[in-house]
Amino acid sequence: MPRVRRRPETGTDAMPSALFDYTLRLADDALVLGHRLSEWTSRAPTLEEEMALANVALDLIGQARALYAHAGEVEGRGRSEDDLAYFREEGEFRNLLIAELPNGDFAFTVLRQVLVSAFMLPFWEALERSRDPTLAAVAAKAAKEVAYHLRHGSEWLVRLGDGTAESRRRTLAALDELWPWAGELFEMDPAERALVEAGVAVDREALRPRWSATIDAVFAEAGLPRPRGGWSQTGGRRGVHTEHLGPMLAVMQSLARAHPGATW
Amino acid sequence: MTTPAPRRPEPDDAMRLARARAAAASVADPEIPVLSIEDLGVLREVRLDGDGRVEAVITPTYSGCPAMSMIAVDVALALEKAGFAEPRVVTVLSPAWTTDWMTERGREALRRYGIAPPVGLAGGRRALFGETEVACPHCRSAETERISEFGSTACKALYRCRSCREPFDYFKCI
Repeated sequence: MPRVRRRPETGTDAMPSALFDYTLRLADDALVLGHRLSEWTSRAPTLEEEMALANVALDLIGQARALYAHAGEVEGRGRSEDDLAYFREEGEFRNLLIAELPNGDFAFTVLRQVLVSAFMLPFWEALERSRDPTLAAVAAKAAKEVAYHLRHGSEWLVRLGDGTAESRRRTLAALDELWPWAGELFEMDPAERALVEAGVAVDREALRPRWSATIDAVFAEAGLPRPRGGWSQTGGRRGVHTEHLGPMLAVMQSLARAHPGATW
Repeated sequence: MTTPAPRRPEPDDAMRLARARAAAASVADPEIPVLSIEDLGVLREVRLDGDGRVEAVITPTYSGCPAMSMIAVDVALALEKAGFAEPRVVTVLSPAWTTDWMTERGREALRRYGIAPPVGLAGGRRALFGETEVACPHCRSAETERISEFGSTACKALYRCRSCREPFDYFKCI
């Protein structure tokens, strides 16, 4: 069988464990959200949307794979992408809480995608300048992909917000539910700040103006109010999750755990 | 322990490399058989390593492109068939693949196959609510509309021609 391998692109002198943690956060964000979107398979509202959600999920899972592979190399303990994705426990996952929320109805899924993508676009664009070559490389691809995710989600949000009484009711309900989860997007802790100083990571708080401008523009077009109130739920980066992540992982990890070490 | 001396280039290396390049370049995209990975810009480089073994370098189109593992296997098999023992296929992420790397021959092949090739260059930010004008690959009319942002694969969108009423895939600019 011909040998095929991925060339490692390491080269930063940032502390390996800090870089590992950081990369894991980004990988978990992508995998958890990608998995949630994949749950729409076979039950999306239209055939075109079935394909759209699956393709967005595929982009995210592809990004997760590249990030997990990099994290494994940085950690240096021989853990593979599969080890990290399928054989860590709930408390070890470091994703943002907004990613793990159940899909809800289509309005909820669309709004969640817009809130996240509006942040990830400037985030990936900034991370393209990372001193870590692999993070920069993943970012360069992800930025282009998330531009499409944002466009797709925004167009739907306009249709739903400015659509029928039913679609508007559901969109407003989704907005009420999702807004308190958005603040965590901008959270920074000392470890991440140190990586920003080292030129490896991105200052998330600094992206707030651009996120805000995008959200304002889309909400205006969709006829949605911009909620007041600044409190947001937090904990994902510390492995403190909602009651939703456990069951999600149980399903996602079940096949790998039933046959540990199996290969295709 | 001394490092072994680097292998000296042999007279037929250039010919071997050319043969290897041709073999790797001929591999077709599994989803779009009229496109070679060379036309697609997925094949980045073919070279001989220090031991005279062939190494092919490929890059994924989209982050999650599921065809990449198939392409990697196909490249290795093509190289083996061309007589190169133990070929290596390496995947790199950087520089990020862009439709700008697609050759003119590739674009024309897509059109003849019924897929509209990417319009314009990928550089520069897309407008949030912008619309790309795509010509129908069947009748060349500009009277087309997008049915679905995402098509049968991550790289394509689904369009319909208002003139000849045929649906067609559009290879998205990225």
